[in-house]
Parts: sequence; structure tokens; C-alpha cells
Amino acid sequence: MSILTWTYITVGLSFALYIGVAIWSRAGSTSGFYVAGRGVPPMANGMATAADWMSAASFISMAGLISFMGYQGAIYLMGWTGGYVLLALLLAPYLRKFGRFTVPEFVGDRYDSQLARVVAVFCAIFVSFTYVAGQMRGVGVVFSRFLEVPVDIGVMIGVGLVFVYAVLGGMRGITYTQVAQYTVLIIAFMIPAAAISHKLTGSWIPQIGMGASLIEGPNAGRFLLETLDAVQRDLGFPEYTAAWVSGKKSMADVFAITLALMVGTAGLPHVIVRFYTVRNAAAARWSAVWALFFIAILYTTAPAVATFARVNLIQTVDGRAYSEVPAWFTSWENTGLISFEDKNGDGLIAFNGDSNVNELTVDRDIIVLANPEIAELPNWVIALVAAGGLAAALSTAAGLLLVISSSISHDLLKSFLWKDLDDRQELRAARIAAAFAVVIAGYFGIHPPGYVAQVVAFAFGLAAASFFPILVLGVFDKRTNREGVVAGMVTGIAFTASYIVYFKFLAPEAGPDAWWFGISPEGIGALGMVLNFAVTIAVSRVTAPPVPELQALVDEMRLPREGPASQ
Amino acid sequence: MADSQGPTHGEASGEAPSSPSVTGGGGEGGDRSHRAYWRSNLRLMAVLLAVWFVVPFGLGIVFVEPLNAFHLAGFPLGFWFAQQGAIYVFFVLVLIYALWMRRLDHEHGVE
Repeated sequence: MSILTWTYITVGLSFALYIGVAIWSRAGSTSGFYVAGRGVPPMANGMATAADWMSAASFISMAGLISFMGYQGAIYLMGWTGGYVLLALLLAPYLRKFGRFTVPEFVGDRYDSQLARVVAVFCAIFVSFTYVAGQMRGVGVVFSRFLEVPVDIGVMIGVGLVFVYAVLGGMRGITYTQVAQYTVLIIAFMIPAAAISHKLTGSWIPQIGMGASLIEGPNAGRFLLETLDAVQRDLGFPEYTAAWVSGKKSMADVFAITLALMVGTAGLPHVIVRFYTVRNAAAARWSAVWALFFIAILYTTAPAVATFARVNLIQTVDGRAYSEVPAWFTSWENTGLISFEDKNGDGLIAFNGDSNVNELTVDRDIIVLANPEIAELPNWVIALVAAGGLAAALSTAAGLLLVISSSISHDLLKSFLWKDLDDRQELRAARIAAAFAVVIAGYFGIHPPGYVAQVVAFAFGLAAASFFPILVLGVFDKRTNREGVVAGMVTGIAFTASYIVYFKFLAPEAGPDAWWFGISPEGIGALGMVLNFAVTIAVSRVTAPPVPELQALVDEMRLPREGPASQ
Repeated sequence: MADSQGPTHGEASGEAPSSPSVTGGGGEGGDRSHRAYWRSNLRLMAVLLAVWFVVPFGLGIVFVEPLNAFHLAGFPLGFWFAQQGAIYVFFVLVLIYALWMRRLDHEHGVE
């Protein structure tokens, strides 16, 4: 069967599965809609968190980015996993114990401040929209390549599907479709990875294959990474494993970006609310263990895929006659994501680190999608990757849309504008808000603002600079008060947003020389976070302490034992 | 909502001698036990967070080049920490925390 037929089969079956699961688990109350009735077992929540977490960027773009970045790809690997340690130790058990529906609601109640809650709602919606745009673009990329439908139609199909299960199912529907989506995406990621690892190194485990020797070709018997370093050197690229190379990021920048991504992870509302869906504080800790377990499977495999893809790409295309390129090359060329320009007119493809000699441009986003084809794996494996990419994008989009809808219906409507909303009306408002959010996300998908991974990186900077400090201080510093957190959040987000806007949009020509401490806009969230901490603590100390009732609330939050009636 | 001080933590009272009496949010002994619980939690967290910081930022970034002089199979060691090792360490840290806190919760009767 052809790739196209297989793709229709795998994508069709996986969509049917998601819709079936969504219908079976749809929500009938606000508690079900916002927090899945708080009855999700830790392991299932770990899987759902992993799917929620691993976005189109993780599945489609990350291995490709690493493949081009070499060592420095570690910023994503460490940055997007290290935050779970912060979540497990500093936030998840306590926020769950506090027992609210949304992150802004926690902020509002812990600091007894509607203003703080509004600022938090603003941050949550802004961060989630920034992030969801990347997901919809991912859906479009997969559809256009694998199902041969235009990007716009692909996005609309994605929007329709998310509409069904996020709007009807709420958190309950999302949770169990995410469990199904995790299963699909991890299988789709691991099968090609294991097959390619086995083909190149003889080991079925990519994490081991990456450190093993090649078993075929002119370099058989030599370590894969050592060979790759040597080949890169020959072609005029920096060595793959070399850390600090001129023209790449500085140590300070790598440090700052990694920290910003970690802290941002722990401050993302759609990740935090996943921990609201379990039974109690202890279950929240175990959820984090499971989540990191499921995430680590993909995140330790991705760097291996990146090296395998790099080796395969170089071996397949460099020096080959353009008239003899394999079929995958042509089909990706048609999407505009690969391009060849015969500069010296010899009809051969030159892949080189020197941009005057180089004739081949490969979009980073296609490395994972094209990898199985480059490695000549069977058609059904290629089709599976399409289903996996869609699972990753859709699961994350759904989680984000839920944050947006609950921020609107619960934090704005119910608490400000329309206080006598009953449970049924609030549920309807949440669904309408979700529906609007899906449509807006679809618009962003059709008119994407830049690279998938780049757009997502900004969401992290902003989450790091706004939420993380005030959530941590809310648990660990009883003296932190409402004046402190409002000042801290506003400072953090204003600083980070203006730095990003200045260097990305207003003065993009001002390069690394103008950056503060050598930190790029991607990493500036780390500094914004430090500023937020400093301002929050300082302002809290010079204003009145929180009333004793609030301090007692913090004491109670620190004890995991089941309080009365936690929804 | 969990904001009212209801009388429903009766289950905990049978499990540990130091757990608080049911009414009034805990007596003196309960408070002392809760403070000890919180201090133990903070100590454990400090140790785990120190590892959380040193492995990725120290071994994976700042000292990556000197460590790359050593090898683990085909991996330069610093490169391995940055792209593999740190993630394994993160997982072990959250696992240790969950296990340790399960015991601590039990000892202090706050589970």
C-alpha cells in the first residue's frame, strides 16, 4: 500500500479513537470540565501530562533543531525536562492541596486580591495563545505533507477535532484523549527511532545506539559520534559534540535559556492544572514522577534521532547527483521545505558549512517527519509518524484551550462580571469560551507567526517571568503579600516582553553585542524571573504582612493530609 | 472549596501519636510535629534542588569542555550529561522525593 493510503488509515483510526474516548468521558459538571472531577489516577495523569506537555515542537521540531545545533540542542533537552523537578518539589503538591480550579484562582485566593487574579488571568491567556499558535501550525505542516491537503484545510480539520473533544469533554475528555494520544505519539516516535538505531549501530535502544559504533559503510567500527564529528569537520561544519563554537550561542546564553525553559515549564498554567486533576497532594507528587518518566522516554530518544538523522542526511545527499535523488527528496521539495540550488552547475548536491559552497537548504521541521523515509523504513512506519505528530499537536492544543476557556468563564465571568452564574450556566459559558478559543487558535494556525519552536520559546520566557516566582513564594514565604505579587508580576512580564519585542521586532539588527550579559531574547525570561522574585520580596517586606487567616491558609496548604471537601 | 476548617481530618488522628486533636486546627503537639515535618521537607528539598542545579548547569554547561576529555562509550562525558544524563538525574530526583515524602507523611501523620 502507498504511504498516502497508510496515512489515511492511521490518522483516521487515531481520530476515531480520540472521538470515541471523548464521548465516553465527557464532562457533565464544572468540576468535571475544569479538573476532571479530581479522580484521575497518577499514572494516567502522568501520561496525560506528558501528551499535554510534548507539543508539535517536541515531536516535530525538536530533534530537527538538535540535529542542526549539535551539543547546544541540550537547551531544549534539559530545559524542557528540568522544570518537572521544580514542579514536583515546589508547586504540584501544594497547589493541588489548596484545591482550586485554575492558576489565577490560586493567585487570587492565596493573596486575597482580585487585582492579582486579573493580572494572572491576563498572563495565562497571553502565554497560552502564544503557545497554541505553534500547535496549529504543526497540525497544518503534517496535513500538507502527509495527507496532501492544503495547510488551511488541515488546520480546519484539526480545529474541528479539538472542538469536539475539548468543548464537549472539558478536562475529563481532554485527559483521557491525552492518554490515548500519548500512546500514539510515543509509539510513532519510538518505532522509527529504534529501527534507525538498529540499522546504523545494531542496537535497538536509541539511547545506547547513540553512543555505539557504526556497523556499516566506510566508517564501520568507529563510534557514531566520533564519525559524525569528523564528517562535520570535513564538510566545514563545527564538530557535532563541540560545546562553544564561534557563531553559536555563548555559555551565558545557553545557561540562561536552559534556566528560562525549566522555570517556564514550572510556570505554565496548562501544565500546572494537570496536577489539579488527581485525588490529593501525594498523588500530585506521583503524577510528576510518572509524567517525567513518560516524557524522558521521548526526550532521551530525541537527541539520538537527531544524530542518526544527521548521519543519514549527509550520507544520502552529499555529493549525490541531483537527477538521482530518492523519492522523499522530491516530495519534500514540492512542499518547499527542501531546496537545492546548483551553484557550481555540476549537477551534484554539495552540503557544506560554507554558505558560498552549500547548495542544499533543509527546513529543520522536517527532520523527524522525513527521517523514516530517509532511512528507508516501511510505508506504515512513515504513516505512523504523521499520526504521532498530529497527536502531539492536538493534545497540547486541547490543554491550552482549556486554560483559556477556564480563565474566561471561571476567573473573569464567574468571579467578576456575572457572580450569580450557576453551575450549569458556567459550564455553558466555559464551552462557548472554548469554542471561541479554538477558532482563534485556528486563525493563528493558518497565519502562523514564525517557527513552531521559536514561538513556543517566548511563551516560556513569559511564564518564567510572571507565574513561577509568585507561585513558589505563595507556598514558601508567608510574608509575601498582594502588593508584592502585583508589583513582581508586572515588573517581570513588562521587562521580559519589552526585551523580546525590542530585540525581535523593533531592532532586530541589534545583534548579540547589544544583548544584556550576552543573553538572547529566548533566555531573558531567566532574568525576568530573578527580577520578579526580587521585586515581590522587596515590596512585600515594606508593606503590611498578609492577615493571619491567609497565613493559616498557607500553613494548611503545606500539609498534604486531605482537608475537608476538596471538590 | 477547601477553605473552611471543617472537622473531617478524623482519619489521621488514629495513625500517629503526634497527630493533632480533631478540633480547633491542631493543638501544641500537632503544631510542633507539623513544624518538624516542614523542616524535614525543606532539608530534603534543599539537597535535591542542589543536585538539580549542579548536574545540568555545572556538569552539562559550565564544565562541559573539561568533562568532554573523558568518554562514556562513544559519548564525550560532558555532552552525555547535557543530552542524556541530566534527564535521568531529574527522574531519579522526583522519584526519591515522592518515596521519601511518602515515608515522612506517614511518620508525621499528615497523609
